[in-house]
This record gives sequence, C-alpha cells and structure tokens, in this order.
Amino acid sequence: MSELDPLLLSRIQFAFTISFHIIFPSFTIGLAAWLVVLEGLWLKTGKQIYADISRHWIKIFAVSFGMGVVSGVVMSYEFGTNWSELSRRGGNVIGPLLSYEVLTAFFLEAGFLGIMLFGRERVPKWVHFFATCMVALGTAISAFWILSANSWMQTPQGFRVDEAGVLHVTDWWEVIFNPSFPYRLAHMLAAAYLTTAFVVGGVGAWYVLKNKSVPHGRIMLGMALSLIVWLAPLQLVIGDLHGLNTREHQPAKIAAIEAHWETKRGAPLVLFAWPDVETESNKYEIAIPELGSYVLTHEWDGEVRGLKSFPPEDRPDPVIPFFSFRIMVGIGFIMIALGLIGAVLWLTGRLYTTRWFLHAMTWAAPLGFIAVLAGWFVAEVGRQPWVVYNVLRTADAVSPVPGGSVLTSIILFVIVYGIVFGAGVYYMGKLVASGPEQTPPVPGKDETDLSHRPLAAAGNP
Amino acid sequence: MTPTAVDMTQVLPVLLPLVWAAILALAVFLYVLLGGYDLGLGVLFPLAPSDRDRDAMMASVAPFWDGNETWLVLGGGGLLAAFPLAYSVMLPALYIPLILMLLGLILRGVAFEFRFKSNRSRWAWDLAFAGGSTLAALMQGGALGAFVEGFTVTDNRFSGGAFDWLTPFSVVTAVATLAGYVLLSAGWLIMKADDALRDWAYGVARYALIAVALFIAIFSLWTPFLHPEIGERWFSPGNIIMFCPVPLLTAFSVFSLWKGIEKRQRYTPFLWGAAIFLLCYVGLAVSLFPFIIPPDITIWQAAAAPDSQLFMLYGAIPLLPIILGYTAYSYYVLWEAPSSDAYH
Repeated sequence: MSELDPLLLSRIQFAFTISFHIIFPSFTIGLAAWLVVLEGLWLKTGKQIYADISRHWIKIFAVSFGMGVVSGVVMSYEFGTNWSELSRRGGNVIGPLLSYEVLTAFFLEAGFLGIMLFGRERVPKWVHFFATCMVALGTAISAFWILSANSWMQTPQGFRVDEAGVLHVTDWWEVIFNPSFPYRLAHMLAAAYLTTAFVVGGVGAWYVLKNKSVPHGRIMLGMALSLIVWLAPLQLVIGDLHGLNTREHQPAKIAAIEAHWETKRGAPLVLFAWPDVETESNKYEIAIPELGSYVLTHEWDGEVRGLKSFPPEDRPDPVIPFFSFRIMVGIGFIMIALGLIGAVLWLTGRLYTTRWFLHAMTWAAPLGFIAVLAGWFVAEVGRQPWVVYNVLRTADAVSPVPGGSVLTSIILFVIVYGIVFGAGVYYMGKLVASGPEQTPPVPGKDETDLSHRPLAAAGNP
Repeated sequence: MTPTAVDMTQVLPVLLPLVWAAILALAVFLYVLLGGYDLGLGVLFPLAPSDRDRDAMMASVAPFWDGNETWLVLGGGGLLAAFPLAYSVMLPALYIPLILMLLGLILRGVAFEFRFKSNRSRWAWDLAFAGGSTLAALMQGGALGAFVEGFTVTDNRFSGGAFDWLTPFSVVTAVATLAGYVLLSAGWLIMKADDALRDWAYGVARYALIAVALFIAIFSLWTPFLHPEIGERWFSPGNIIMFCPVPLLTAFSVFSLWKGIEKRQRYTPFLWGAAIFLLCYVGLAVSLFPFIIPPDITIWQAAAAPDSQLFMLYGAIPLLPIILGYTAYSYYVLWEAPSSDAYH
C-alpha cells in the first residue's frame, strides 16, 4: 500500500464530515420539539412572550438546520464515493433504510420548513403550528431511520450472505428493530434534547446575568431545567442499559471502553490509564477494584471479557473509546448535578439570583455537543475493525479510489467546513446576542441595522 | 406453491427494476427541473442588474431550495437502495465531480442563511452563492457526460482512473447543463420578478435558448459516435419513425419558447423550458435504456434484491403523492416571495 492509504484517509474523511454533521441534528431535533412546545403554549395561553421567544429561536433554528442539510447531503453520497464496497454488498439492507429516511423525513422537513420560516403571516395560526409540528416530527423520524441503519451495522440480524458476498434481507422487522436499535435511539434522542436544553438554558441564564430580555431568559432557563432535572438522570439509566446491550453484542467494544486486557471476575473500574496496544497492558492505571464488574454486569463478581480474549485482528484500538467514554460520562454527571442544583435553587426561590449558578449554566451551554461527539466516537471507533459487525470489515468496504483523490477532498472539506462552521457559529452568536425583544421586527423600524434584517428582507429598499 | 406465487417470483425481478428506474428517473427529473432553476439563479446572480435584484432573486427561492435539493438526496439514496451495483460503480468513478458538486452545494446553501445576516462580508456570501451554484451545475453536467460515455468496469467494480470523467464530451455536457439551468432560471424570474428584472430575464432567456438549442444539436450528433448502438437505435428504419417525435417535439418546444419570449408571455417560457428538459431526458432514456452503467450493466443486473425493491415500493407508492402534495401546497402558500415583515 502506498503512503496515501485510501482506507485510512476515507476513515478520516468520514469521521470529519459526520462529526461536523451530527452537531446540527443534535441541536435541531431538540430545538424543533421545543419550538412546538412554545408555539403550542402561545396558541393555548395567548401570551405574547412565548411567540417572541419562538420567533427568535426560529431564526437560530434556520441557520442550524441549513448547515445540517448541506452537511447531510454529503453523507448520503459518501456511502458511494468512499465506501462503495459497503454499498455494493450491503445496499440491499441499508439502502431501503436510508431511502425511507428521505421519503418519510427529509421531504417532510423540507416541505414544511418554508411555511414554518416564511409563512407565519400567510397561513392560519393552526397551519403554522401544524407545519412546526411536521418539521419536528421529520427530525425525529430521520433519527429513527438513520439510527436503525447505524444500529443494524453494529448489531446485524435478519439477513443472509449469498455466494458472491452480497447481503440479502430475510426479515425486515429484525433488520429495523435490531438488538441495539431501541437503546441507541433512546440514548440519542435524549442526548439531542439535553443538548438543546443546555443551549437554551445557557442562553437564558446569560440573559438573566446580563439583565437583558430577563423575562424571556427566565422562561428559557426554567423550561430547560424542568427537562434537565429528570432527563439527565434518565439518560444515565438509558446509557447503562445501552452498555449492557453492547456487552452482550459487542463485548470487544466494552473491553476497549474499559481498557480491560484480561478476562476476569471482579474486574476493576479503570478511572484513568493509557492503554498501550504494544504491551497489551495499561500504563499509569488508576482503578477501583471490583467496581468494573458491578457497573458492567450489575454483579460484584461478574465476568468481564478482556481485549486479549479476541484475536488481535478483531480488536478495536482502545485509546479513543476509553477516553471518549470518560468524557461523555463525566459530562453526564455534570449535567445531572446542574439539574439537581437548579431544581433546589428553584424550589427555594433563588434560581434567578444565584449568580454562580447562572454563570455555570452559561458555561455549560456547549456540553451536550461535546458529549454527543464523544459518545459517537465510542460507538464508531469501538466497533472497529468492522463496518458491519462480524460480517464486513471496514478495510473491505472502501472504494477503489486513489489516496490522492481522498486526501484532496479531505483538505477541501476541512477548508469549506471551517469557513461554514466559523460563520455559522458567529451568526448564531449574533442572533443570540440580539435577544428576543428585538423580534418580531416592526417594519420600517430597524432598517439601518442590517444585522437584524431577516434573511429574506429582499426586495425592500 | 400456488400458480400465482410462481408467477410473481418470475415477474417481480423483471418488473421491479423497471418501476424503480421510472421512480428514480422522476426524482432526477424533478431535481434537474427544480434544482436547475435554483442553481441557475446562482449562476446569473453576479450578472443581475442591481443589488436589489440580487436580493429579489435570492428571496424568490429561499423557501424552496431545501425541498428542491431533497430530490437530489432521493436520487442518490434511491440509487443506492434500488440499484446498489450502479451506485457502487458510479460514485467512485465520479469521485472528483461529485465531491466538488457537494462542496458547491454547501457553499451556496449556507449563503441563503448567511447573506442577509452579514454586513461587511456580504460580498463573500454573494461569491459563495454564485461560485457554489456554478460549480455544482458544471459538475452535475460533467457527471452526466461521463455517465453517458460509460465507465471502465472490471468484475462489477470501477477500475478506471481518477480523471477518466474529464473528457471533451463531459466538458461540453457541463457547459450545456449550465446553459440549460440558466434558461430555466430565466423562465423562473420571468414568472416571479417585478418589471425591470423581468425585462432583463427575457434577454437572458433569449441567449440561453440559443445556447441550449446549439448544445442539443451538438449532443445529438455526438452521442451516436460514442456508442454505435445508440446510432443504430435511433436511425434504424423502424425506430426512426417511432422515435422521431422526440426531436420534432424538441424543435417545436424551442420554437414555442422563442415565440413566448417575443410575445413577453409570463408563464410559458418556464414551461417550455421544462418541456425541453423533459424531451432531452426522454431522448437520453431512448439512447441508454436498459443500461444503467452504459454499455455494460443493465438495470436488471444492477437491481437490488426483489425483496428490497418491493419493501421500498410499499412506502414509495403512498408517500410520493403525499410529498408532491405538500410540496405543491408550500409553493402555493409561498409563491409571492417573502418580504421582511413576513420572515421567520
């Protein structure tokens, strides 16, 4: 193999483009659902403040959704440009799942997004509410199909392999509802809602701190905490169940996550270590005896398989799963703590005056994104060297394209995504900073301030 | 086994690839039509008479671009699902043009959101919109040309080089596609724009139509030389009668579009432009059918397992009319371009 290995480069490119992409759905899934709640509250109570908050966040939603769309189109083509052998051999299975995502989710989102963004003054209120519901439903259905496809690749079933190595479906129900799918779907949806809640809560806390749009900020912070306080602990339970499921179906991934090399009963919980693939052992290990077995099996002397029980060619490299998992779980505990503290402060009437907590919530705004990325690194690096677990190796899935092409495309993606991401974060930051009180714009009022001019202020001088 | 069950197991593998070829053809055609006017606006963007016109051009498509692009995603995803072998040959073969197309689509897509939120950097998003649209249109056309020419295939895998797609023929199809998209977007502006911009669009449509007619002639003369089978198909004595309506109707559409421009008609230029695209599309289908990777792989060879195609069809049959329905509703509600007090 030449120095420019198309396999390694394609893996890097996929990791980069999907990491960039997942940031936006993680946010828009939750944000769309929250906008439904806000619009619903407005319809029900008639309180203008809900409409103000909704109008403001719809703008932020539009930017995030747009970036999610353009980076998502890339994904649907990379299956072919970079992983054509996966497509050729697995197309019978994953193709229909992805097509159902397009037919049931993407069109729904795109069809109603225009009305949601531009149609407020043109359709009855209930139609606008309905459009918002459809966009939110679309984001959730999209998650359903894409996580089904991903889960099937992690825990495949309901198929057979023919003599040419092509996979054929024998049972669609088994394919769609494969063993890891319910856990992964619940875990990801909860992650998306928590991610959004921390952004909304963080912005709300910041408004209260800055003494700007305070009534709006209080509602944002209050609504966010009312979700976080129960969903963050629930996410721990879901994650634990997901882990038990992974232990059953992908034990090598668990061994990598825990940096366990030897199979043993009463295995320790490794808090920190540098897993060394060369020596098949951990350096600088700090561990709590027997707790690992309890966490993984819920029994103090439960048996935990180590990486050495798998042939070297079937093992994932433990370094990334090990550290990513600890980052994800660490953030999970921070979220639980903030939710509980926030609830106590609220019950004692000090939520909006405890400045250190408002600062903490502001700083916590991006935590969900980091946790989502870390979690996906655990899932995807941990399932190596397989792209379809125990069926198709990643090395056998790559396209027959030269490494030079892939290297060039990586460089271009990094440049373009860098520009787009930088601009997106900057403009979203500007929208956040402008505050909900400025919306809805009064015609003719803020014409000089272009930063508040909506996207399609077109045509007006 | 009952007699009907025996029949179905023999009929489905023949029928389903035809049905899916038709559905994908529809998806790609809708993308070419909707994405075509959409990208064409970006190509025309820097040439527009004034900044105010540029605002109007962008606003006219802002509510729709996402939906338009979804047909492209259906084209890609549907090809993977219905014809995985074709997908796995075509996409590596078209690696460079497709990646460039995607990058172009990213830049022009985010420009919709960013342009009106920027002050000093607005020029940059103008450039992103125009450059991205032009790049995407050229690469789509280039990919089309390479697809018609065919790919080097060994053992069901692409076995050619990274630049096989770049040929004189694909360069011509790239520019031809660009001209076609500009024609559609001029038709779109004639329907949607105010008086001054519409006048300008009539002028653009005239030049674009001349270019498109020229390219159709070049394309029609060139393709029979690419694959002798194509020439035989069109010009063998029986077929020439059967297929001659395609070029005749194309000529009629070009003529009618010209008259529509002359008479300053409002809606016919776009519709005749669409008709020209449809007829070229039909002509291409006549030339290539039943090959999905010409000249090696047919739709039946490339087809997914009948069970997979059937499973998708259960969803596609009820969903596609619903999708077309709410897409049409969205166009109806948002036909008048949004203004500042209606946005978001």
